[in-house]
Amino acid sequence: MFEDWEERYQYMIDLGKDLPLIDDQYKTDSNIIKGCQSKVWVHAEMEDGKLIFTADSDAIITKGIIAILVRSFSNQPPKDIIHAETDFIDQIGLKEHLSPTRANGLVSMVKQLKMYAVAYQTQMK
Amino acid sequence: MKLPSAFGYVCPEPSGRTLYEELQQMSQSGLSLTAMFKVEDIRKDFPILSRKVNGKPLVYFDNAATSQTPKQVIDAMVDYYSNYNANIHRGVHTLSQEATDLYEQARYKIQNHFNAKFSHEIIFTSGTTHGINLIANGFSSLLKKGDEIIVSALEHHSNIVPWQMLCERTGAELKVIPMNQEGELVMAEFDNLLSENTKLVFVNHVSNALGTINPIEYIIEKAHQVGAAVLIDGAQSSPHIKPDVQKLDVDFYVVSAHKMCGPTGVGMLYGKEEWLKKLPPYQGGGEMIAEVTFEKTTYADLPHKFEAGTPNIAGGIVFGAALDYMNGIGFEAIAAYEHELLEYATEKLLQIDGLKIYGTSEQKTSVISFNLEGIHPYDVGTILDKLGIAVRTGHHCAQPIMDYYKIPGTVRASLAFYNTKAEIDALFEGVKKAKMMLS
Repeated sequence: MFEDWEERYQYMIDLGKDLPLIDDQYKTDSNIIKGCQSKVWVHAEMEDGKLIFTADSDAIITKGIIAILVRSFSNQPPKDIIHAETDFIDQIGLKEHLSPTRANGLVSMVKQLKMYAVAYQTQMK
Repeated sequence: MKLPSAFGYVCPEPSGRTLYEELQQMSQSGLSLTAMFKVEDIRKDFPILSRKVNGKPLVYFDNAATSQTPKQVIDAMVDYYSNYNANIHRGVHTLSQEATDLYEQARYKIQNHFNAKFSHEIIFTSGTTHGINLIANGFSSLLKKGDEIIVSALEHHSNIVPWQMLCERTGAELKVIPMNQEGELVMAEFDNLLSENTKLVFVNHVSNALGTINPIEYIIEKAHQVGAAVLIDGAQSSPHIKPDVQKLDVDFYVVSAHKMCGPTGVGMLYGKEEWLKKLPPYQGGGEMIAEVTFEKTTYADLPHKFEAGTPNIAGGIVFGAALDYMNGIGFEAIAAYEHELLEYATEKLLQIDGLKIYGTSEQKTSVISFNLEGIHPYDVGTILDKLGIAVRTGHHCAQPIMDYYKIPGTVRASLAFYNTKAEIDALFEGVKKAKMMLS
């Protein structure tokens, strides 16, 4: 029997496999998000007023989670990213990953993506 | 004087004969210890083992992080708060005296369990880390520049940081006994590190990340030959091995109650009387003083010198109950059964292609640290959790070991005497499933 959690996790794993990979030059220690049990690197670049995120992780489920965030946040102007709601995380059944004490650091990832947006927003002014 | 009813719970042997005695008799008559090990009966003592996690029966394989609690120990906690709760060592009233008696009786139990010469050599602590810091702090006043402390490459972070801090304070130097591929300490290197400058040697009895049982008898003997003191971290050994501190001739031995079916937030430090007299108090406060004026304070005698403030009274008493529980089963029986589980699990897991076990010493407790080739331990742990199987993933606060193997961490399944072969089968199926989903 195919259980609900298996479908969700398989989906995340597959997303992780399809994640647009970060360029190796940006896989530096300073781009690592703290607070994750696995390593997560995120890089942000501005293109035509929109932020493009690329990321990678050494753990595939974590990579799936960051892929969902990159999909949701990428290709948007910084101010939209700053004000973006994160309810969708509950809706896709990832709520258990939202707890700040969770070792995968989903909260840290969201925070880091928003920090990039704040940084670029400040630059634009 | 007839002791109050609470003393009933500390002797859970209404039949008069312990399971271990039964097992011993069976063993003498030619039957194996493990054949008589009634794990299904033992499991009934642990309420948590019948709960479900993520809709699946809980398979608890994170015993090296903390052990589960039998109802005898939970009952002792309830009994204390229901009938005896009072502050100790100072009350003139009956309740305080009864609580004090219970607390001191627990100290005797701990003394007996570890075979310390005197009960005042047993110091109640908040746990292993507290015990280590107490000793590290005490040595601050005894060390000087040029002195050396030896630790092992198999240490938990809590065992590295206090010594680094101690070295910073005193100018002493930290030396490390290296490890080999099997996850064993290299004793020839230890011999080379020892010198007359060595003042303290600190090693864990059992590695938390790999389960290796270190040759502490040899380490203690060699260290004593150069006049160094030895502190052994027994956090990971005490759930499996009953150490005899006098026979070991160890100077200090520290444990945590919560790894031995007891409560969190309490542990013990054993120290030889001569050493404990020599070391200065760790914390100032009530309980640890004899006389106080603004000019001078006289410290209390052992063990109170190191027990400032109101201690974890309930925790200490229940620690005693936990030792009673484990001794009721018997450490030889526990070790024999756990060894059988370890062999079964090792053989089973190695059937999975691409699975590598870290820590392959002949001398190890029931811990299996492993990885699946090309798969992050965090991913494996996440899938196992979905299947109701609790394991630890990560570097296990022992990053130097992970650096040695050049891995980000491992999946660690640590087994206890209440685990079963059926649970190992569930782990085996779970790891196979994780591999399928993650490859």
